[in-house]
Amino acid sequence: MVNWTLIWNEMPNLAKGAGWTLFITFFSLSFGVAIGLTLAMLRLSKRVWLRLPAAVYVEAVRGTPMLVQILLIWFGVFPMLGLNRAEAYYAGIAALALNSGAYLCEIFRGGIQSIDKGQREAALSLGMTEVQVMVYIVLPQALANALPAIGNEFVTLIKDSSLVSSIAVAELTYRAMLVAARRYEYFTMYVGIAMVYFVMTFTTSRLLAWLESRLRAGSK
Amino acid sequence: MIRIENLRKSFGELEVLKGISARIAPGETVCLIGSSGSGKTTLLRCLNLLEAPDSGEIWIGGQLITDPRIRKTDVRRETGMVFQHFNLFPHLTVLRNIMIAPLKVRRVSEEEARDTALHFLAKVGLSEKAGNYPRQLSGGQQQRVAIARALAMKPQVMLFDEATSALDPEMTGEVIKVMKDLSDEGMTMVVVTHEMGFAREASQRIIFMADGTVAEIGSPDVIFNRPNNPATAAFLRNVIHM
Repeated sequence: MVNWTLIWNEMPNLAKGAGWTLFITFFSLSFGVAIGLTLAMLRLSKRVWLRLPAAVYVEAVRGTPMLVQILLIWFGVFPMLGLNRAEAYYAGIAALALNSGAYLCEIFRGGIQSIDKGQREAALSLGMTEVQVMVYIVLPQALANALPAIGNEFVTLIKDSSLVSSIAVAELTYRAMLVAARRYEYFTMYVGIAMVYFVMTFTTSRLLAWLESRLRAGSK
Repeated sequence: MIRIENLRKSFGELEVLKGISARIAPGETVCLIGSSGSGKTTLLRCLNLLEAPDSGEIWIGGQLITDPRIRKTDVRRETGMVFQHFNLFPHLTVLRNIMIAPLKVRRVSEEEARDTALHFLAKVGLSEKAGNYPRQLSGGQQQRVAIARALAMKPQVMLFDEATSALDPEMTGEVIKVMKDLSDEGMTMVVVTHEMGFAREASQRIIFMADGTVAEIGSPDVIFNRPNNPATAAFLRNVIHM
């Protein structure tokens, strides 16, 4: 059964791991948003040589396991770029960001395409450039519509970040694996971190729901 | 003010404008009428380059706007457009809707943009709505804000694309009144409309379009009372009976 004393004693250790999990998630999502926006712009471009590579990238990322992507970046890409002395969590963040960027691209693309074309025409008719139309008129509306989906991506990333334990990043899962192996307490440790993950994702999704209702109230 | 020479435009196989020529004098209000599919909206959209004509020339204020070297944004800031579905920006307040183009396109100061916006908002009778969002307004109010938004760029020409067609009947009056006032003040206006009352009372000339051509141009008196083209008479009989 669950050895609660062990969980209690390991709390400081697990809390540190949870801190790393949130740190990695936060930066992965931030870079992921930037990557996703860029990809969405490329995919919506009129020029096929901009559109096509972005589409290929998105398909490639969505069609391969995230674990493989993490291993590829840490054991393959980093050494190739001469980043032999880099910390593993850099590779972890890079992999998660590149991955979520592909998913966010589709979220942003959908959001941008959902904006009525009359908005674009009205802005153009006032003399705005294509870039101004995007920045001042289309994106603010598209991002507001995409906010729930971005929130979901954040929750997904909290869970998926556990995969970077495979390259020995000392986040929550990795720390639990070490303790479990040392103490032969597999059930206890994995029940323990499952609870910690749940608290993190549940709190986050409640927080996002509250934020969303606030935003909605503000603009109505 | 506006000179259109032999303008042609096709969408794929369909030729929508088959060589349109017309002149519009400064301060004149000209209505474009005709059945749907006659090309009047396409012609209007060519005037601010929302549609690119295939051939022919458009001159506005001495400038050849169909010249490929011209910057579209320079043309559009001089031609205000009002759309059938208002197309206000829902994420901005009424005041911000009107301020954004002067701020970002004309690059005037925040104070100047605000003063201009409040001035035109008062002109369309909606000063008290400055802080509201578009969705809190009725259709007629939204369209009046859209007119103020276009006017705030101080354009040389105003284009109206069926500005009252999406409104409930009881709201067309308030929008028509704003348009009439604008016309009386000497704004150059090109108005695509099904409002024959407005065409008759507010316009100096009416262009009747049929099948991508100008079927007849004349004063409201001529068009409504003694049209030269039998097609004009037939169209008006239908519209007025409805």
